[in-house]
Amino acid sequence: MKKMFEKPRSMTCARTHYCSGCGHGLIHRIICEVIDELDIAGRVVAVAPVGCAVLAYDYWDFDTTEAAHGRTPAVATGIKRVLPDNVVFTYQGDGDLAAIGTAEIIHAANRGENISVIFVNNGVYGMTGGQMAPTTLLGQTTATSQFTRRADKEGFPIKILEMMKVLPGAVYLERTSVHSPKEVAKTKSAIMKSFNTQLGKKGFSMVEIISPCPTYWGMTPLESMERIEKEVIKVYPLGSVKDTLPQMSSSRTRGSIKPRNTICDRSPRSRG
Amino acid sequence: MKKRYLCTGNEACGEGAIRAACRFYAGYPITPQNELTAYMSRRMEEENGTFIQAESELAAINMVFGASVARARAMTSSSSPGISLKQEGISYLAGCRLPAVIINIMRGGPGLGNIAPSQSDYFQATKGGGHGDYRIIVLAPANVQEMFDFTFEAFDLADKYRIPVMILADGILGQMMEPLEFDENIKPKKIIDKPWALTGAKNRSAKSIRSLWLKPGSLEKLNEELQKTYKGISEKETRYEEYPTKDADVVIVSYGAVSRIARVCANDLRKEGIKAGIFRPISLWPFPYKEIRRIAGRGTKFLVVEMSAGQMVEDVRLAVQDDSRVDFLGRMGGGIPEEKAIIERIKKMTVIS
Repeated sequence: MKKMFEKPRSMTCARTHYCSGCGHGLIHRIICEVIDELDIAGRVVAVAPVGCAVLAYDYWDFDTTEAAHGRTPAVATGIKRVLPDNVVFTYQGDGDLAAIGTAEIIHAANRGENISVIFVNNGVYGMTGGQMAPTTLLGQTTATSQFTRRADKEGFPIKILEMMKVLPGAVYLERTSVHSPKEVAKTKSAIMKSFNTQLGKKGFSMVEIISPCPTYWGMTPLESMERIEKEVIKVYPLGSVKDTLPQMSSSRTRGSIKPRNTICDRSPRSRG
Repeated sequence: MKKRYLCTGNEACGEGAIRAACRFYAGYPITPQNELTAYMSRRMEEENGTFIQAESELAAINMVFGASVARARAMTSSSSPGISLKQEGISYLAGCRLPAVIINIMRGGPGLGNIAPSQSDYFQATKGGGHGDYRIIVLAPANVQEMFDFTFEAFDLADKYRIPVMILADGILGQMMEPLEFDENIKPKKIIDKPWALTGAKNRSAKSIRSLWLKPGSLEKLNEELQKTYKGISEKETRYEEYPTKDADVVIVSYGAVSRIARVCANDLRKEGIKAGIFRPISLWPFPYKEIRRIAGRGTKFLVVEMSAGQMVEDVRLAVQDDSRVDFLGRMGGGIPEEKAIIERIKKMTVIS
């Protein structure tokens, strides 16, 4: 029988600490699939954030360092400048990237650092207990917006990608989601394109991924996926926000995928 | 062949780093260390290294963190308010056991203070500075030559012990020009391998660098290892200078630029028949407790002179305990202790006995 699906090689066997229905495990796997398909696990140096994904190095079977909260792109800058031929990416949540680390992300993009940024936007601080994030929607109740987020008191949901669009150093910015198989596939393509942007030494790229947090949204995993579809992507529209890489169409991107050497008998490309 | 240059202390630090094979520098403008950042922007380009003017001190120290993760010899520099911002990064460097060199050209504080020379960051530098149980090696040069020599050596120490090393100097040392001499072919000793560094898991298993240890007992184990390292450093790397203390009735304890004033005072006092000596801690951490206690055991009195409200004096008192008398003379907010005031104070101290 043909094997259709299995754990990516660059993922460890560790059991994750994520809650059921959380998007992090899914996004970790998508990243690992891309790394396997590009056959770059031996060249990757990842930077994990402070937040729910702080333990990512336990789940990824490639070199990963910790970074102080929000300083993730600065750490990635240091690594990439020393190792320009390695593949360096940051994995950041909305507290890490859109609150405490706004200076670092904007200036890394503005310098055109040749790194990839995976930005997971679930609209809350998960690790610390469901506090309001800069990306929390108006009307959303959190541990620190108990009367809901109100524009006049707590400000507006921040659209980082749209802000970064004007920076010439950022060459590819895309927002995706993981609430349906179709969007998962698009997320994988976007991450693939971001990594290929870096491999082609084209400059800074970032993929923002809308992700569910059933625990702190107070919903079931299924309801969370429905909320993304009905509410969240209305505020954070999906799709390419900026793409100055006309020569790198998505078909070309897929075309650059190298078949991997598999240890077991399986199709060369797993399905997201 | 040794060559002679005339340069500022800031530039001497920069050249010391370049000669020690440092090829990564990230910094942010702040007076009185700007000559160093400007110097590095030129020299890194010439040596095919990396120079980044960061968006903040936070970013600069974290870029150094990243460069160190990737096994490079990396440095940042700043002055007091900027060093406060770097403390988070220094704590992470310590927790992750990463080598790095940090230059602090101290200015007056607290707050924005002024841009005059000061020694009021002694506590911050020697007692941890950031959060958690950690130490960094702190070396205090007293002239432009030592700004070069200590920075050059700091990289070896940082790599050897996997620890951040700080060069703690003041605005005088950063900005003054003096002759600097070094061998044109000066090279660091063998640069040791860094098997812990992250360069991609090719033909080996994956590694991580982290300071987060959630499993009960695991963080205590890391701390025990750190303390063991610190103990080893205390035993092997304590540095000081004394001149002459054997017959001295009073010893002036001071470091950095102030130690040069103290030396002049000791010489003048000796001419007047007062047996004064100087003791100059060179490593502020590890602090030469034993050596000071040895002198205290002879009943020698101490006058600690600092450009602060009295910070190092606490360590001198810890060393001396109740064996002898410890006086303090300090100037704050950019004031420099004057020779006359020091000599008068020592005369008073010797008369009363």
